[in-house]
Amino acid sequence: MSLPVGTPATPAAIASTTPPRTAERRTGRLLRVALPLVVLVVLAAVPLFVAPFGTSTLSRILIFALFAVSLDLLVGVTGLPSLGHAAYFGVGAYAAGLVAIHWTAEGVVPVLVAAAAGAVAAGATGWLAVRSGGVYFLMLTLAIGELVHQLAQSLASVTGGSNGLYGIPTVRIGGTPLTLPGYVYWFVLAVTGLGYLGLHLVASSPFGGVLRGIRDNEPRMRSLGYSPFRYKFAAFVIAGGFAGLAGGLFAAQVRLVTPSEAGFTTSALVLLAVILGGAGSLWGPILGAAVVVLVRDALGPDLDGHGPLLLGIVFVLAVYVLPRGFAGLRDLLRRRPSPGETP
Amino acid sequence: MSAPLLSLSGISRHFGALKAVDDVSIDVPTGARHALIGPNGAGKSTLFRLVTGSMPVSSGTVTLGGSDITRLPEFRRARRGISQTLQHSSLFLSQTVQQNVLLAAQRQYGTRHAIVPREQAAARERARALLADVGLEGRAGTPVSALSHGERRQLEVAVALACQPRLLLLDEPAAGMSPAESARLVELLKSLPESVTVVIVEHDLEVVFALATSVTVLHLGRVLLTGSPDEVRASAAVQEAYLGTGRGSLFLDMAEPAHLEVS
Ligand SMILES: Nc1ncnc2c1ncn2[C@@H]1O[C@H](COP(=O)(O)OP(=O)(O)OP(=O)(O)O)[C@@H](O)[C@H]1O
Ligand SMILES: [Mg+2]
Repeated sequence: MSLPVGTPATPAAIASTTPPRTAERRTGRLLRVALPLVVLVVLAAVPLFVAPFGTSTLSRILIFALFAVSLDLLVGVTGLPSLGHAAYFGVGAYAAGLVAIHWTAEGVVPVLVAAAAGAVAAGATGWLAVRSGGVYFLMLTLAIGELVHQLAQSLASVTGGSNGLYGIPTVRIGGTPLTLPGYVYWFVLAVTGLGYLGLHLVASSPFGGVLRGIRDNEPRMRSLGYSPFRYKFAAFVIAGGFAGLAGGLFAAQVRLVTPSEAGFTTSALVLLAVILGGAGSLWGPILGAAVVVLVRDALGPDLDGHGPLLLGIVFVLAVYVLPRGFAGLRDLLRRRPSPGETP
Repeated sequence: MSAPLLSLSGISRHFGALKAVDDVSIDVPTGARHALIGPNGAGKSTLFRLVTGSMPVSSGTVTLGGSDITRLPEFRRARRGISQTLQHSSLFLSQTVQQNVLLAAQRQYGTRHAIVPREQAAARERARALLADVGLEGRAGTPVSALSHGERRQLEVAVALACQPRLLLLDEPAAGMSPAESARLVELLKSLPESVTVVIVEHDLEVVFALATSVTVLHLGRVLLTGSPDEVRASAAVQEAYLGTGRGSLFLDMAEPAHLEVS
């Protein structure tokens, strides 16, 4: 129902502006659907052509990418830069590992439990964190991360302490263990693909629009009748859930979970991936995650443990050369002022 | 006259020793077009903040539609039908014009909780109609950061109306608009149905006297006078308040573009 205010635009006025835009929108929509499908097909074909070591690295990238995208929902979409997001990744990883060891390694059960555990942990801690803003939010999330890290260390009877939780069985589908690395990779690809789709839907929904509104102008959202706290809390729980899902996949793929999975280094690395990729774009952090994992895992050992140093240098360069991350590159290529810029 | 929609009784707001709003009582009947005028620093914007709840009162009560809302947080008051435009544009800069209006409109259509994108057909249609009403029909896809100052003011009005308010508070909506734009605004506000009660703060007295059915003059946080536009124009006390600030010309020469003095 619309109030009878003024006169609506004449049909002619609309028609004159519509055609070029729908054409542009159609190619845009085609790209948005076709490109992910092409990427998915290429990724699915990888085990047929690449050695197991390559697929295992790619699995780690996919998992870390889902983790990074879940953080982007907080950092880029809602404007909440968390320094402790690995807490929920770690909770998910331990939850999935424990379920697989003590109950069942069947299919998606451990990873779904991991997602639930991540969401519950985020709910239990987030109500405090999202009440604060700015530096206080940073400090609180940092503290939450350290708390979970310490718990993982000290609850040795459950988590294996600093030795880590090992002996996690391989994923089973219909009772058959997935022994080939290619199968595990496909499992990881399917779950991360669905996870990414889920986060994408959340970010592009009206709910996601509210989160962006809070990021841009929280007082105005309040005056429009929104309670920022509730939305920030919901975003925190959703992000925690997807981080838990990524953690569950980590446990299934690596089959060893250590306290450092929940620690500050992991939190910092995932934040690095988000910023490197371009916060707020969702797809940028996937590329950021790829760079971070490649530098850390693949190049790290060759550099006598100077991987973090190299990452730091990459980070400084990236922020200098690409202030808006990889996602900012696209706007440069289009030679269009990016929407975030003020004239 | 019908029962007051908004009733302020003895509200005050102090900043240290400064009484920005001092024991103000105003009744705004349903359907009124009420103007709030006064020299710079009179407390007009602060009074609006007390009504919307973005700032707590030091004392007094705010009543909307018969119920006391003094203790309600801002977002709850907004849900009861209070909507506003701010003196200094407050928009979502990184988003498009349409998204700005949709954020306000979607709350009315219950789609704000939707986790998956669904056709927000009703909210979109409403946003499109409102953008046409304020004169931004060709700009729906433009990022707000690319709008001119006048266009941002127009968008503010569209956003405020998208909330489907019962009470619309406008803080200098015409400031920074061209004469054509502000004439369009006056037409739009005049065409609002009786179900929308309007309180407007405006330095451009042409706009004020074109719209207002009643006027309150604030001075140094206190109500100097509430009356019909003619009573206000004739009042010696009001002349003095303005003369005291060197702005007496406002009433003597109404053709002068008074909004230029506002920054
Ligand atoms: N947050 C604040 N802290 C301290 N003083 C304030 C604050 N907000 C307003 N004031 C003071 O309260 C007085 C009233 O300010 P207000 O903005 O309400 O005036 P106004 O009538 O809207 O003026 P203008 O016509 O310039 O918009 C001013 O003296 C101002 O300096
Ligand atoms: Mg003011």
